[in-house]
Amino acid sequence: MSADPKVFLMGEEVGEYQGAYKITKGLLLKYGPDRVVDTPITEAGFTGIGVGAAYYGLKPVVEFMTINFSLQAIDHIINSAAKSNYMSTGQISVPIVFRGPNGAAAGVGAQHSHCYAAWYASCPGLKVLAPYSSEDARGLLKAAIRDPDPVVFLENELLYGESFPVSVEALDSNFCLPIGKAKIEREGKDVTITAFSKMVGYVLEAAEILAKEGISAEVINLRSIRPLDRSTIYDSVRKTNRLVTVEEGFSQHGIGAEICASVVEEYFDYLDAPVERIAGADVPMPYAANLERMALPQVEDIVRAAKRTCYRSNSTTATA
Amino acid sequence: MAQLTRRTTDLLKPFSAALSSTRLLTTTSTTPITVETSLPFTGHRIDPPSRTVETTPQELMSFFRDMALMRRMEIAADSLYKAKLIRGFCHLYDGQEAVAVGMEAAITKKDCIITAYRDHCIFIGRGGTLLQCFSELMGRKDGCSKGKGGSMHFYKKESGFYGGHGIVGAQVPLGCGLAFAQKYSKDENVTFAMYGDGAANQGQLFEALNMAALWDLPAILVCENNHYGMGTAEWRAAKSPSYYKRGDYVPGLKVDGMDAFAVKQACKFAKEHVLKNGPIILEMDTYRYHGHSMSDPGSTYRTRDEISGVRQERDPVERIRKLVLSHDLATEKELKDIEKEVRKEVDEAIAQAKESPMPDPSELFTNVYVKGYGVEAFGADRKELKAVLP
Repeated sequence: MSADPKVFLMGEEVGEYQGAYKITKGLLLKYGPDRVVDTPITEAGFTGIGVGAAYYGLKPVVEFMTINFSLQAIDHIINSAAKSNYMSTGQISVPIVFRGPNGAAAGVGAQHSHCYAAWYASCPGLKVLAPYSSEDARGLLKAAIRDPDPVVFLENELLYGESFPVSVEALDSNFCLPIGKAKIEREGKDVTITAFSKMVGYVLEAAEILAKEGISAEVINLRSIRPLDRSTIYDSVRKTNRLVTVEEGFSQHGIGAEICASVVEEYFDYLDAPVERIAGADVPMPYAANLERMALPQVEDIVRAAKRTCYRSNSTTATA
Repeated sequence: MAQLTRRTTDLLKPFSAALSSTRLLTTTSTTPITVETSLPFTGHRIDPPSRTVETTPQELMSFFRDMALMRRMEIAADSLYKAKLIRGFCHLYDGQEAVAVGMEAAITKKDCIITAYRDHCIFIGRGGTLLQCFSELMGRKDGCSKGKGGSMHFYKKESGFYGGHGIVGAQVPLGCGLAFAQKYSKDENVTFAMYGDGAANQGQLFEALNMAALWDLPAILVCENNHYGMGTAEWRAAKSPSYYKRGDYVPGLKVDGMDAFAVKQACKFAKEHVLKNGPIILEMDTYRYHGHSMSDPGSTYRTRDEISGVRQERDPVERIRKLVLSHDLATEKELKDIEKEVRKEVDEAIAQAKESPMPDPSELFTNVYVKGYGVEAFGADRKELKAVLP
């Protein structure tokens, strides 16, 4: 916001309330109400207004209090934003960011826990980013705001409260991370495990456990869901020959499904075991704590799947 | 916009020379003349402007020519569609020309217009060419969107035309966003967000209007009420079809949309209003001769008598013709000559458009992003067809 006067924020409670999750704290005081705009609870309306402002050349950052509410405005994200540069053959570009917490929090129930990564990532014309660490959040958000195309920026409510070590470079005001590049969070040689957002933390925990059992897992933090960094995934699978995909969202037609299909199409011969997908259970998110736990991937699920790819576990559900 | 370029001397024959020498005004004159609108304006929470409109012979003649051009263009598009040269959707504007032409007369190209899918004539009004229009309709590379948009996705950003939108009602919040950006940028210009009586019931319209009013945005919402949302008459869709009142706390004006001068006056009035006071709604009472689109005969939900009645009593081009004749600016024959000329122009543009090639296959993958980061995009058979997005 300080670098470019065309950047402005818009969303519910982003100004006077200091942000529903305090992400925009202090910004109203610093930049004023013309640039930090509190909106009524009208997602379809304010998202359309944001996209229209982007058509004119401003750089809006539109906050959805949770990405669940973006469904009210999804027509503007897909039909007004994603497709405009193509339909107008470059006349109308849309330098907008749609951001907010995505996926499950804790005990917020079915309507507030849905992961929309696969929904948005399937759409040409959109870019979809999902930070894990603080460096990811800073570098990717800056990149998203500077990017001339519409970006859906999927944050995570539980990660808002987590601290991460941050490098000196990351503190620079020009620090940006590249869009379309995944990060190898931990190098390994036996199995590739992909994840994004909160699940990266779970996978890192699983990798520690696996290491104690002699399995060296390579952990890929996708960072960018669309464009997907296929070459980093391919390089890794060519090295390890085994793949586990992890996501919080539903498995059917999900991020793991895309990664699996892609690897099978391009590097079938390199796979020594079937690809494993760990994902959210096929149910609307239940409220009760024990059921919620069962509905989401846990560290032990990731460990078990990695072991299966290494032919190291006895499956309790007999298949053949 | 299109000017009358023929000199009056070209028209002179011995007989008409005697008549034309008695004309006090030439067709290129900018001497002010006044006309009265057909009906008074009706205001909602606002004092309506006067029925007396200032114009000039030049403007009057340009109204005639521009509307005749638009009329001919839409009729020609009808034939092209039936000849299967235009595919998919084609929503024609004939009957509504006065709205496009009157609006342009009141504003500049720095003001913005955004509309839905019945956009061909708005595009022409904003300075688009017939060649760009017909090429786009036929999916050729000389089209305004290089053939990749189609009938519903015409744009001309450098003249303030932001499309061309297929989702009913979406253009209204987008238009309020343009107005937001104009105010943010301190541009002193306004946005006309156009929509139909069908779209007038959309929730997002009221969401956007609320914000426009809250933040005093220079947004003019223009309801082109042609009385039918596809096949549904206004009284079957809206509890209150007084669309100029639907803004509730937002002032509104009801305008005879078949009278280009009423439209001009209302738009001029609206522009001055919103720059100081925030949004206003203009309801243009207009009519489309064609059905909703080329797939709709337009006669199952309204009578042929109704259609011919409007054509007889309220046709916008005829209204201007009568004004031109009554002010003695041209003879009937001269006006017919203009229509012939316009027809020729349209025919030539179509012939040229037909010669325009289809877009190159490589264009399939262009403009997906402004910045593609060298990412791969795949065709139907990803092993067979893929591209790198620059």
